[in-house]
Amino acid sequence: MSDYQKMWQDLGMDMEQHDMLCQVLPSAVGDVFLSQENRPKSMDFWDLVISEVHGIRPAELIEEQKKGRKVFGTFCVYVPDEVVVAANGIVTGLCGGSQFWVPGGEAVLSKSTCPLIKASVGARLGKTCPFFRIADIYVGETTCDGKKKAYEILGEDVPLYVMDVPQMKRPQDIIKWKDEIATFAKKVEEFTGNKLTVENLNKAIHIINEKRKALARVYNCRKSKCLPISGRDALLMMQISFFDDPERCAKMCNRLADELEERIAKGISVVPEGTKRILVTGTPLAVPNWKLHNIIETSGAAVVCEEMCTGTRYFENLVDETKESLDEQFMALSERYMKTNCACFTPNRGRIDDILRMVEEYQVDGVIDCSLKFCCLYDTEKRAVSQALKAKGVPVLSLETDYTDTDAEQLRTRIGAFIEILNG
Amino acid sequence: MIKHFIGLDIGSTYTKTAVINENKELLQLVFKPTGWNGAETAEQVRQELADKGIDLAEAKIIATGYGRVSVPFAQKCVTEITCHGKGAAFVYGKPNLTIIDIGGQDTKIIQVLDGAVNDFVMNDKCSAGTGRFLEVMAKTLSVDIAQLCDLASQGGNTSISSMCTVFAESEVISLIGRGEKRENIAFAVVDSIVKKVASQAKRMITPGSFLCLTGGLSESQYLLNALSKELRTPIASHPHGRYAGAIGAALLALNL
Repeated sequence: MSDYQKMWQDLGMDMEQHDMLCQVLPSAVGDVFLSQENRPKSMDFWDLVISEVHGIRPAELIEEQKKGRKVFGTFCVYVPDEVVVAANGIVTGLCGGSQFWVPGGEAVLSKSTCPLIKASVGARLGKTCPFFRIADIYVGETTCDGKKKAYEILGEDVPLYVMDVPQMKRPQDIIKWKDEIATFAKKVEEFTGNKLTVENLNKAIHIINEKRKALARVYNCRKSKCLPISGRDALLMMQISFFDDPERCAKMCNRLADELEERIAKGISVVPEGTKRILVTGTPLAVPNWKLHNIIETSGAAVVCEEMCTGTRYFENLVDETKESLDEQFMALSERYMKTNCACFTPNRGRIDDILRMVEEYQVDGVIDCSLKFCCLYDTEKRAVSQALKAKGVPVLSLETDYTDTDAEQLRTRIGAFIEILNG
Repeated sequence: MIKHFIGLDIGSTYTKTAVINENKELLQLVFKPTGWNGAETAEQVRQELADKGIDLAEAKIIATGYGRVSVPFAQKCVTEITCHGKGAAFVYGKPNLTIIDIGGQDTKIIQVLDGAVNDFVMNDKCSAGTGRFLEVMAKTLSVDIAQLCDLASQGGNTSISSMCTVFAESEVISLIGRGEKRENIAFAVVDSIVKKVASQAKRMITPGSFLCLTGGLSESQYLLNALSKELRTPIASHPHGRYAGAIGAALLALNL
């Protein structure tokens, strides 16, 4: 890892603790990613970014801050990046995916809080994540009770703005979300000192749409029977996309998609013919949470799609780029974002329909529905997911896990047995 | 010509071994505590079989159970879920059945259709509703599991509310401190595991399905009756019930 010691010191990080965190990453990356055979060459970009995940991008963000740009840290695919980008701000994801941060979160949160929230709060309070140190403002949202209360704690020592996400998807809720976006836009203008215009917002909408299209191109390649990329590599690309500059992200994803399309044309697959194809659905897999994909793919199956926030929910559906007033643009944004099907909505039939559609599109043999411990919303929705899939004759395995490795062997038994069923 | 097909089920508490021939006839069943080292136990099994004239070098061998990866001489590892399904269907001679297996560290409900596993549920990583729960409670009452079940059959009218093994143990200790009869405490312990297992099984049982109990606890008539009463369905057991996983692995070895 390059020398970022001074940068981390300047950020006020706990250097001793951070060193411990940095020590575990290289072997994890080696075990999960570098040990794979026949990887696409274009993964070199993400290998580099993940190997210096606390260095490369944070250094860029700090350079941009010196030019007067503001960094917005977000936790949810409902927060509209377009509004921030239009005002020349930068968005970075903040969700924590490591057990390393969980105890720090547990010190202040209810024990029945999901590990993603615990890790995020722990990363902030423990001063061991540069992104949490760099962000000028955090943007929260009301997608679950655990997060709502956690934001109150995070907001104690950092500027924090919370968007009120509707709980239903009636016409009045789409208008309500449009109003929320408009109110957020005012906050962004005030915080960055830059005005939103029809032009800069449409340009931002275009930039983010292009990023979505590039991510979708990679996912499209995963629909092929000849599978050109592993689930682990696709997941890494997806996780990093939350932190990267959106234009570079699009460029890199398109470069990867070019290679994957070529592989498909040449019949180059990363798995033997007949390998069972798994759709993973449920709660997000924040970086560096690779446990589930790693177990599935070292048990003889391949992950071909993630119906998750770190997956299809991030890039499906585009925003209309043809609107000519801010009001219409906010509405266009609301309409796009309200198509994202999160378990925090009721009813949430849209997610079931998405899963059934993706089972067809990605030629899926079996579905693994996995939620983080204490995520009541996704856990409860497992019943509906399982019923709908079974009615269509699609095998499904429901799992619950956290960030620890203590259940890895038990998960391996369940997942192994599930793959044995699929193999018949 | 391969004469022996062997299944090794290295469980968290006991290791079960089954040897069959190409006509699926059961030749040997071996049962021993797993101890702290699965690989060492596997070696003991190898020695014991060799003494009985069964040469492992000349056999097809599949390992299963949580210690399946620690059997150096196995040609393949298969999960205990697949093996239990296969083995129970064979033992009971029924292609369609639902298996309740209360193991040392996990409890599985396995639905078998046409002789193969169709679906399953398993407890999560906590030990509530597993054999370990009974083991810990029996120890607290200074008895073994068989005695615990005997005591339970004479007790009643007491319950423990905690599902967590650690908290339930302190509940049992306070019941002892309060002077509650041992029979009643034993009843509460078994009742608690029966309810936990039944609530898990209810998700998987369809009306009219043939239900059986495998694993070491299938030998307790009291537990069988209590579970059957809770689920309002007869539950079968079989002397070879605890070998279901090993027998299933041996049967799968026929296809190697």
